[in-house]
Amino acid sequence: MQTTLQIAANGLMLGALYACIAVGFSLVWGVLNVINMLHGSFIVLGGYMAFFAWRDLGVHPLVSLAVIAGLLFLLGWGLQYGIINRVVMQPVLTTLTLTFGLDMIVYNFMTLAFTATPRRIVLDLGNIEFLGVVMPVDRIVAMVLALALTGLLFAVLRSSKLGRAIVAVRMDRDAAALMGIRVDRIYAITFGIGALMAGACGSLLAVVYPVTSSMTGLFLGKAFVVCVIGGLGSVPGALIGGLSLGFIESAAGHWLGPQDAMTIGFVLMILLLMTKPTGLLGKQGYE
Amino acid sequence: MRSSAFFILSMLVLAAAPFIADNYVVRLCTFLCMYAALALSWNFIGGYAGYPSFATAGFFGLGAYAGALTQNLGFWLPLPWLFATVVVALFAAGLGFAILRMKGHYFAIGSISIVEILRLLASSWAQLTGGGDGLNVRILPGGPDYAGRVFLYSMMAVMIAAFITMLCVDRSRLGFGLRCIKQNEDAADMIGIDVTSYKTAAFTLSAMYCGTIGAIYASWVAYIDPSDAFSILLTLKVPVMTLLGGPGTVYGPILGAWVFVLLEEMIWAKFLEYNRAILGAVIVLLIFALPGGLLRMQWRRKWPSSVFGLPGLNRLKESR
Amino acid sequence: MNAQPILEVKGLSRAFGGVKAVNDVSFALHRGEIVGLIGPNGAGKTTLVNLITGVVPPSSGSVLFDGQDVTYQRPWQAARRGLARTFQIVQPFPEMTVLENVAAGALFAGRAANRADAEAQALEHLAFVGLAQDAHRPAAALPLPGRKRLELAKSLAMRPKVLLLDEVNAGLNSGEVDQALDLMRRIAAQGITILIIEHLMKVVLTLSQRVLVLHQGRLISSGDPASVVQDPQVVEAYLGSKFAERQRRMTANG
Repeated sequence: MQTTLQIAANGLMLGALYACIAVGFSLVWGVLNVINMLHGSFIVLGGYMAFFAWRDLGVHPLVSLAVIAGLLFLLGWGLQYGIINRVVMQPVLTTLTLTFGLDMIVYNFMTLAFTATPRRIVLDLGNIEFLGVVMPVDRIVAMVLALALTGLLFAVLRSSKLGRAIVAVRMDRDAAALMGIRVDRIYAITFGIGALMAGACGSLLAVVYPVTSSMTGLFLGKAFVVCVIGGLGSVPGALIGGLSLGFIESAAGHWLGPQDAMTIGFVLMILLLMTKPTGLLGKQGYE
Repeated sequence: MRSSAFFILSMLVLAAAPFIADNYVVRLCTFLCMYAALALSWNFIGGYAGYPSFATAGFFGLGAYAGALTQNLGFWLPLPWLFATVVVALFAAGLGFAILRMKGHYFAIGSISIVEILRLLASSWAQLTGGGDGLNVRILPGGPDYAGRVFLYSMMAVMIAAFITMLCVDRSRLGFGLRCIKQNEDAADMIGIDVTSYKTAAFTLSAMYCGTIGAIYASWVAYIDPSDAFSILLTLKVPVMTLLGGPGTVYGPILGAWVFVLLEEMIWAKFLEYNRAILGAVIVLLIFALPGGLLRMQWRRKWPSSVFGLPGLNRLKESR
Repeated sequence: MNAQPILEVKGLSRAFGGVKAVNDVSFALHRGEIVGLIGPNGAGKTTLVNLITGVVPPSSGSVLFDGQDVTYQRPWQAARRGLARTFQIVQPFPEMTVLENVAAGALFAGRAANRADAEAQALEHLAFVGLAQDAHRPAAALPLPGRKRLELAKSLAMRPKVLLLDEVNAGLNSGEVDQALDLMRRIAAQGITILIIEHLMKVVLTLSQRVLVLHQGRLISSGDPASVVQDPQVVEAYLGSKFAERQRRMTANG
């Protein structure tokens, strides 16, 4: 019983972070129809920036989070507006290869600037024990913040003018353009929001795990899996996908070991794709 | 005509390399053949059928392990390579039926996760593969000069085989049908093309020679580990080479692979720290300056402007 | 005339979610017939064509082609058997030439032995539909009427026994429609059985020997064109119940 509770608690914590990792990626994919290979680097970049702000400048990660999110928004917005927008209508291979190329550049300079050493912000807030389940406080804080950020994005998409415009473009780009929405601007802002969520999530991750630049692929992989499980471009989808993956990995990690937990995620995704080739909640005709 | 003369000439130069140049050049030539064969293979699925496959490293790695393990059992050399070819072809044919139902991004992800799953399997199945510690492969006896020649000519043979296969496909019903599928899969289905079989054939062809190449590579370097055999960088580099040369053309993949490998050798070795950034910049420039590849060179005069004008949208929609 | 129908549809149904897009439809086409299939927008016409050609599998019912059960065939099998269709929204291979588009039909579903033979046949079909001068242009460069004709040439190259024409006239002006009508007559003269799917009454009424009317997924009427347009159920489906009621009263009084 206690083991089950512990697995569930770990799954919830992991799931909240996965949802936060994937939600920006899913938004970009759903709205722009672009797989953003930069997403993993954005996350690690956020984590590194939070770490160095904390270690060298003494800024608390909760404070730096807002600044980092803003900086990454600018980076994402600029990349989309200046570069990706120009080929965004081309086939999958082109946009995917382009973001991969951009990722190599970002990754290279990030590694040069920060080195590949694993970095972790150690806040040392102690543990909480509840019903025999032990959970470090910093993890709980990260989880709550991850959920709060995801919820905030949901609220923005739901009720702000900008959010409605993004949703409109996602549903029917041409119709949205005819309604006077500047699709190129919405694309750039959406990509910026994707980067913003990645950066914020990265600084939260750095509080919980050591973050290193060799983890970019790992984060990207998680985002893929969550999107396939939960469906594209919707916040609730990312949440469902993230939590499912969190619980599955937490259980698999306990029974099979951490190495196989990752394999299970991928195998699950492939099986899902095989039965539902356009994704679980796949939009018809959405490449 | 000119390109075929150039092709034959360059084959002769490659074949003569061991007699006129040192081991470094022979090694470079072996890489030229290896990547050209991989890029040609990718062309079947990516260039002709238009499916963005990122499974190359999966086939390469599977071939490497299949070859290395049979070679370590003591089989005489070309046999493990043939075995690897058959294993990978069967694997791809079986896999194709399942993952070729996916389209676009989903197919890209599906194919890339094949690489991930195979790599994780190779890491965790340590009794068989040596896990993360890697696997030593028996070294070919006869000294480095002799081995260098054997591996160069073997890689070259596979490249030529892949090239001839590509020529045959290009002129056959299969090639024509694949081009139809690339342009409009539903319409291809409607005019009597058995799209599932055609795509599976293209996928299998794209895998088969990767398996052979992987096995030869394993014998050549005499040591493989999961992150080398199932390298994500390899799986992305090969499509980029084909895009660089001209996807869907016969000579494009070879040209692209050679230009890429030579660039890598000449420039990046001197800027080790900026290796990835330079490769990334090449990719970005390639997409903007050479959208059709080197073979269909039409340098764009200016940076393309944003593509959101409504007439553009309508044109795209109608052409679907 | 062979008594066995070339195409026979028995109790065909298909539901999407809770909606029955096609509901228990049965009919038969005889060799050499021109039959019209009409119905208001959303009546299920295109779904019916998709069921017949194997694009979508039916929930129940069966399709017989030339006496053979082909209910669960794939679209490419339908094409090779001689069941060709055109699309409401044209589906060319945009970057290929017009000639290659048609040659593909001849090669994969028609009787062409090889590429050269296929292109020779394709040229004939292009001349037939009046596109010979555009043979070497990319398909995407054709204007809409040209693309509609390309679609026809492609289907003809498949040497079909039955041709399903899904709204080939949508988006054409009246002059272009007349040309298309002439083309269809000439196709029928070759002995090809044609099912014309239209919501333009004019086309169907001038061309068809027999008309089927689909409404909300059901076949509500069939018969010769003159009697079908008199059928109160058809009038009601097209113009609404109030109009039908008024017309009935007027006929009764007058």
